[in-house]
Amino acid sequence: MAYQLLKYALGGEYKEPRFFRDCQTPKKSYDAVIIGGGGHGLAAAYYLAKDHGITNVAVLEKGYIGGGNTGRNTTIVRSNYLTPDGVNFYDASVKLFEGLSTELDINLFYSNRGHFTLAHSESAMRTMRWRAEVNKHVGVKSRVVGTDEIAKACPQMDLSCSGKSPIQGALYHEPGSIARHDAVAWGYARGADSMGVEIFQNTEVQGIDIKDGQVQGVQTSRGYISTGKVLSAVAGFTPRICKMVDLKTPIVIHPLQACVSEPMKPWLDTILVSGSLHVYVSQSSRGELVMGSSLDPYEFHSTRSTFDFVEGLTSHIVDMFPFLSNVKIVRQWAGMADITPDFAPIMGMTPIKGFYLDAGWGTWGFKATPISGKTMAHTLANDKPHDLIHSFRLSRFEEYELTGEKGAASVGH
Amino acid sequence: MKLLNCPVNGVRPLSEFIFGGECREMPNPETSTDLEWASYVHYRDNAPGIKKEWWYHSPSGTWFIAERNTLSDEVLSTYLHGKAPAKNTKEQSA
Ligand SMILES: Cc1cc2nc3c(=O)[nH]c(=O)nc-3n(C[C@H](O)[C@H](O)[C@H](O)COP(=O)(O)OP(=O)(O)OC[C@H]3O[C@@H](n4cnc5c(N)ncnc54)[C@H](O)[C@@H]3O)c2cc1C
Repeated sequence: MAYQLLKYALGGEYKEPRFFRDCQTPKKSYDAVIIGGGGHGLAAAYYLAKDHGITNVAVLEKGYIGGGNTGRNTTIVRSNYLTPDGVNFYDASVKLFEGLSTELDINLFYSNRGHFTLAHSESAMRTMRWRAEVNKHVGVKSRVVGTDEIAKACPQMDLSCSGKSPIQGALYHEPGSIARHDAVAWGYARGADSMGVEIFQNTEVQGIDIKDGQVQGVQTSRGYISTGKVLSAVAGFTPRICKMVDLKTPIVIHPLQACVSEPMKPWLDTILVSGSLHVYVSQSSRGELVMGSSLDPYEFHSTRSTFDFVEGLTSHIVDMFPFLSNVKIVRQWAGMADITPDFAPIMGMTPIKGFYLDAGWGTWGFKATPISGKTMAHTLANDKPHDLIHSFRLSRFEEYELTGEKGAASVGH
Repeated sequence: MKLLNCPVNGVRPLSEFIFGGECREMPNPETSTDLEWASYVHYRDNAPGIKKEWWYHSPSGTWFIAERNTLSDEVLSTYLHGKAPAKNTKEQSA
């Protein structure tokens, strides 16, 4: 072992293979072009190739893959939503996630922790009961628990939150998990690439060519590419892409921030969320506490982070865990969250033929990466929306058929 | 702490203000089609740029307009609704 390591080190040639080809010159045309090399775009490319045999596909990423919200989120995966359509959709995603390390042959550090949404008031308890009943009805493991069970799962927590907002109970969701987010992007990229999909980094889409209501191609920083099908999977950049095709949506961009503490010995097994205190926290496999809060309060197209955020967040964290008062915050960052009025995504067809939208992922889209890739691939391949995403269509707004997920999505991710 | 200029109370810390969304003209509900009305309710020109927005100074209960660049977060001007300074009115009609 030691000898082999030494030989490898001195060999001067490190044979670690690339995850995907270093594509530089796009072809003149593709069957489909995907804008955005985040988890969603790469998963859609993977399932287009795997489920539908469509491999003449280019993924265009203006930066590096996973550099958008995919690499900025707090990686909570769960399916305890509020509407039956939402619960079914996210449940399908959790199931795909559970087998994904094996399928993509990459360790996603998928770690099943259990997920507590803490309730500090009677009205919050009511929402928890509502969610538990909807979840059970659809076959998802969620139940309302009392303070004794919370104390058992997390004895370190001050259940009175420093006397300020005593915890009354929680929604406990057994399948709640965390994962390594960048590995999801890299795994899908490698899988898609191995089936023939071409991934271009540092390649920006600058315009979309439409004639008679049908997509003809895209203008990029590496020249014009013709294609009849374009999937926009750009999360916080969705309004800019939609402007290229003159499409209005209800999406508004707000920054969403997160931070991590210095690493500690493992002590927090579960994922904890408190809507009232605007915090959620889990401990990563590296020992850092990964923490986030609610959205920044106004529209802003930027990934700057603020001191206000850490100050507000940590004061609530210390209310829950007074012993953390000496622990340091080591990193903080922000992503641009594409927020919809009903806290459900916008997926599927648009009034423009050949222009497909996978957006409105706000603060909650990491968990949906596998299922959104699968259902969007289906939608592109058949030019017909997948059954699971019917409630998420763009036209629901003008039909006044919103999919109210706010009670389950706002802080909880 | 970021500051914002309330047209009534002057420069105050941002934490005293609440964002009220983009300011848009309401179509006439009597004459607009269902689609026009739905567009007004839901659809936004949400790409970054200089926007006219509603802001609320919460301690004094003042609603006013801010013109703000949503890409750089620079506030160009603030004024009470209908009282845009002359140079801004010109910019808008240009
Ligand atoms: C702080 C934070 C915490 C979060 N926590 C959670 C969580 O715990 N659980 C959860 O489920 N979700 C969470 N989310 C939400 C989740 O991160 C996103 O919804 C999800 O990652 C979106 O993935 P995506 O692939 O659609 O977009 P992204 O990963 O953002 O990918 C879009 C890509 O498109 C590229 N792009 C944009 N414009 C162009 C162009 N013109 N040409 C080419 N490429 C372009 C961008 O560079 C980017 O890489 C969180 C988000 C944030 C910001």
